[in-house]
Amino acid sequence: MSVNVFVWIEQRDGQPVSASWEALGVARTLAGEGRVTALIFGAGVDPIVPLAFSYGADAVIRADDPSLAHYRCEPYVALLAQQVQTHQPDVVLAGATVAGRELLASAAADLNAPLLHDVTELTLENGKLRAVRPVLGGKVLSVEAVTGDGPQFVTLRARAFPLPEAQPGRSGEVIAVPPALPPDAIATQIECVESSGGTVSLTDASIIVSGGRGVGGPEGFAPIRELAEVLGAAVGASRAAVDAGWIPYEHQVGQTGKVVSPDLYIAAGISGAIQHQAGMRTAKVIVAINKDPEAPIFKLARYGIVGDLFEILPALTEAFRQRLK
Amino acid sequence: MHVVVLTKMTPDTEATVTVNASGQVHWGDKLVINPWDEYAITEAVLIKGAHNVQVTVMTVGPEAQSEALKHGLAIGCDQAVRLWDSALEKHDSLAYATVVAAAIRKLGDVDLVLFGKEMADLATDQHIFQTARKLGWNMLGFVAKIEALDFAARTVRVRRLTDRGAEVVASRLPAVISVLKDINEPKYPTFIGIRKAAKAEVPVWGLADLGLSAAEVAPRAQVLGYRELPKREGSAEIIEGATAQEKAEKLVARLLEEKIL
Ligand SMILES: Cc1cc2nc3c(=O)[nH]c(=O)nc-3n(C[C@H](O)[C@H](O)[C@H](O)COP(=O)(O)OP(=O)(O)OC[C@H]3O[C@@H](n4cnc5c(N)ncnc54)[C@H](O)[C@@H]3O)c2cc1C
Ligand SMILES: Nc1ncnc2c1ncn2[C@@H]1O[C@H](COP(=O)(O)O)[C@@H](O)[C@H]1O
Repeated sequence: MSVNVFVWIEQRDGQPVSASWEALGVARTLAGEGRVTALIFGAGVDPIVPLAFSYGADAVIRADDPSLAHYRCEPYVALLAQQVQTHQPDVVLAGATVAGRELLASAAADLNAPLLHDVTELTLENGKLRAVRPVLGGKVLSVEAVTGDGPQFVTLRARAFPLPEAQPGRSGEVIAVPPALPPDAIATQIECVESSGGTVSLTDASIIVSGGRGVGGPEGFAPIRELAEVLGAAVGASRAAVDAGWIPYEHQVGQTGKVVSPDLYIAAGISGAIQHQAGMRTAKVIVAINKDPEAPIFKLARYGIVGDLFEILPALTEAFRQRLK
Repeated sequence: MHVVVLTKMTPDTEATVTVNASGQVHWGDKLVINPWDEYAITEAVLIKGAHNVQVTVMTVGPEAQSEALKHGLAIGCDQAVRLWDSALEKHDSLAYATVVAAAIRKLGDVDLVLFGKEMADLATDQHIFQTARKLGWNMLGFVAKIEALDFAARTVRVRRLTDRGAEVVASRLPAVISVLKDINEPKYPTFIGIRKAAKAEVPVWGLADLGLSAAEVAPRAQVLGYRELPKREGSAEIIEGATAQEKAEKLVARLLEEKIL
């Protein structure tokens, strides 16, 4: 069985997103003898092309134009739908990021094609995809399958699939295509961007250090940030901390925040309410630091420390600093 | 001028979820309004206050979904419509979008469609983007604030949150917007509102009313069943020690031993 697979390679400010490489890895497995094509849209994206080959692409469709510099729904969807229409791949993959979910759902709508999204497992059976994804606040898994015809669009939850090993030196055909929409046909203009600059994105992070109501105030996030810095981790928060105004909403983990699956999630001063669990349950290892030995977070965690986070966190930061030197 | 807001009921997040041997899920009988939709409905009502527009609250689903519509009416939406047909029993996001787009076209004069960020139960936002495409309108997702809205000039400017950070985006009406919880403080129904909502007639539009055939809403993807999560071991291994330093060092040693770092 060989299938042809398209993978949208997402870039932000010229930086490719690791979920895209994970998707290329999945594409390689699904394709068998078939062809894996990476689609790279942006402005000045040439440096990404060799990376796409090294992570498993056989061919690259590259659209380089100022109108594509940053992801926008209208020009990106028009171009993806046009390329899928032209080349008729069997499967179209992307990371289930904010942009990836919107792009694939929209292109699938244009083409009346089947769609599975935010999946954590994916298999091919008689040419049709079958997937698993967490629903109901991550409390159960839903098993879903494509039943209709047409290219099958799928977004993959970040970090649910392994990052493929890069094989430098691979290369292949590069097809350059122009944008599908002229700039004046695009109604949506990005007027300004406040980049969360430099800090690690929660959904891509392999380690997250999160604080909750227990940190007591905005300055209570200082020991959280110090530990995160030593670990190269992203900073998360519970809704209680966000609602109190101690840290911006984009740090919120949980049902009404971000869903994350890092290798290591350190929760400090977080009780572990069901809505918080909805966002972090799939972390590989959870460490809980809480002064209340009865806190529900200890039911979910692999390791726990009962104690005051203001003593434990600085000690942990110091211990990691010593050992990771 | 007309704003439409979409909503639905979802299982209570506190509910215990069980899966039976044949893969059916049960989450108790209590339904709540999708938490994200409280912000979308409130925003629609705030827009009505500021712009003198008509607001219609809409859902796709069986009779049990009417509760969400009543909630919308009780906090100030002008009318409600329920879209349902037995052919929609197993609908996917594309069928949802097809039906909602047809209903919005039937209303005729709609300038703006609002959604909550996602359906909390299925954790899905795909139907939102697909509705925008089926309408051929601009999609502005994850909006934290509507900074400017001009129905006469047909322009809108929003602040939205993306994986890259926040961006301010200008676009044209008609548009589809999905909102985050930063956008407002949800309104709660008043006693008078609840009484008014209880008396309201809610029309149900089926496929025939929308000029759609069953083939046009045939699902292209389906839920086959549900599975329990792999069980996590009972409770945490508590790291003991006389001092914070000792506990910290032991934990770091464990994490390194197990190659977690
Ligand atoms: C519809 C809905 C959606 C929601 N969505 C989310 C969501 O997305 N994300 C989310 O997180 N919550 C969400 N919630 C809220 C959730 O129910 C909890 O209220 C919230 O997670 C509690 O945050 P917390 O654990 O920080 O606070 P608390 O429950 O107050 O816990 C604080 C913990 O800190 C400990 N502590 C205090 N001081 C110290 C100290 N010095 N050292 C160590 N430990 C200390 C305490 O023992 C306690 O366990 C939602 C709720 C609803 C109803
Ligand atoms: N408005 C909706 N949009 C998309 N899916 C839905 C909607 N309402 C229910 N579902 C899902 O459709 C599937 C079939 O539901 P049921 O009719 O309860 O068997 C379940 O996964 C439901 O959660």
